[in-house]
Amino acid sequence: MIKTEDLVFEYEKRDDDGNVIGKSRAIDEVNLDIAPGQFIAILGHNGSGKSTLAKHMNALLVPTGGTMWVNGMDTREEERVWDIRQSAGMVFQNPDNQIIGTVVEEDVGFGPENLGVPTEEIWKRVEESLKAVGMLEYRHHSPNKLSGGQKQRVAIAGVVAMRPRCIVLDEPTAMLDPNGRKEVLRCVQELQKRDNVTVILITHYMEEVIDADRVFVMDHGHVVMQGTPREVFSQVETLKYYRLDVPQVTLLADELRKQGVDLPEGILRKEELVEALCH
Amino acid sequence: MSLKLEHINYIYSEGTAYQKQALKDISLEIPQGQFIGVIGHTGSGKSTLIQHLNGILKATSGTIYFNGENIYAEGYSMKNLRSQVGLVFQYPEHQLFEVTVLDDVCFGPKNQGLSPEECRARALEALKMVGLKEKYYDRSPFDLSGGQKRRAAIAGVLAMRPKVLVLDEPTAGLDPRGRDEILDQIAYLHKKGDMTVILVSHSMEDIAKYVERIIVMNHGQVMFDDEPRKVFAHYRELEKVGLAAPQVTYIMHELRERGLEVPVDTTTVEEAAGQIVKALKKEKSQ
Repeated sequence: MIKTEDLVFEYEKRDDDGNVIGKSRAIDEVNLDIAPGQFIAILGHNGSGKSTLAKHMNALLVPTGGTMWVNGMDTREEERVWDIRQSAGMVFQNPDNQIIGTVVEEDVGFGPENLGVPTEEIWKRVEESLKAVGMLEYRHHSPNKLSGGQKQRVAIAGVVAMRPRCIVLDEPTAMLDPNGRKEVLRCVQELQKRDNVTVILITHYMEEVIDADRVFVMDHGHVVMQGTPREVFSQVETLKYYRLDVPQVTLLADELRKQGVDLPEGILRKEELVEALCH
Repeated sequence: MSLKLEHINYIYSEGTAYQKQALKDISLEIPQGQFIGVIGHTGSGKSTLIQHLNGILKATSGTIYFNGENIYAEGYSMKNLRSQVGLVFQYPEHQLFEVTVLDDVCFGPKNQGLSPEECRARALEALKMVGLKEKYYDRSPFDLSGGQKRRAAIAGVLAMRPKVLVLDEPTAGLDPRGRDEILDQIAYLHKKGDMTVILVSHSMEDIAKYVERIIVMNHGQVMFDDEPRKVFAHYRELEKVGLAAPQVTYIMHELRERGLEVPVDTTTVEEAAGQIVKALKKEKSQ
């Protein structure tokens, strides 16, 4: 679905007078191969390059070196940019910056309308998408009356209405309360399971990653760790070195192990911990 | 010194079709030096509440006392109030605007009418407090990383030497280390001085780790106001209003159900680890 080969994104650093004083690599030879239908998580500290990578996935940025293919299309082929954006939709951090319609259903219909989808088909898609994110009953509401989690789900419906093969979410829960975070996460996981949509989730909340098929950790534009959540989160110290963390359950298990309690490594869920302690 | 709110009501757009009561009969007493967490779902009224504390929003009815003085009284200096009750908004780095980091942090004290030397001294002190390295002082704030910008913005408020520091989700969007560094720094400042800190956060884990008192907002009212272990004991009610308890609290409840004798009012990882080890030892010896 998404494949990169030695992907590089370089930008010029300038001094106060606008003279180029050097080059900096936000992405430095990244190689990824993401199969359709997977749930992928990307972790990394602020400035590690993960958002820059995400923006390559729908051709908001194009590589300065190497290649990025989305659904088989090279993102540097300008004439295919709309096909690429239709294949890989993006959801950003702040729901208020992404919603433009004054009524929920209009907002969701905006994407397919832009793609030239016939009116009847647009309404069909709007209904399906709102249903998919559990927001159908709000179709006639004004978006500004919704909670953060609801707004984000409307933004996701807007992307779903374009029938993408892949959804890239760049910290979609950073501004939400605990319920909002749960709603959004449940919603994208359902899309992945039911419709086989590839989900790429960028987040700073470690708890959101435990169900991913694969986790990538970025640092200085490189992919420095990858594996299943269990493999990645069993390396507590390495993650801390990269300014990251582990889920609170994993942290507690790690602390208990340090105090001599016999527990397996890589515990991610509270059920696992309870089971291991009370067998 | 203290902040006291008496029967505060706040109604938005009164008299129009959009009229909404955002705060309903809030009475609170905040003694000097407390570290308080404010939680509540989006739209619960927590941001509206904190904006009353330094007079940015004026209550529709009710009274606020700062140091025993009614801030709504005629002739009361709002300017003075705002330099004593410092408010750090969400994403405060969006408000950085000066040419250098140092100039930006000087802006607050400059508005307080202090001399350039004094402003500089205050700014340097504040930048040190937030742990921003000296090499950044003469750089443009826009060249800093996300976490550094956030620190610079917080320093801008600290430079006014507020008695009360109010932070609206100071760690939103920061990576885990950046989050820990900022909260540790705030906790350190709180411990060192006599500053009241009011922290608004969506992270129950962070709230549990740092504060001594939690105010839970729901539908514009105070739903709970107590120490963390007591507030999080109401986790079922918290879930109903879009909140939760820290993960460890849930783990302790499940362990208890499975027969391990642990206290269920535990809210932090360190505490939980200690309690579990203790319970396991006791179980073994029986």
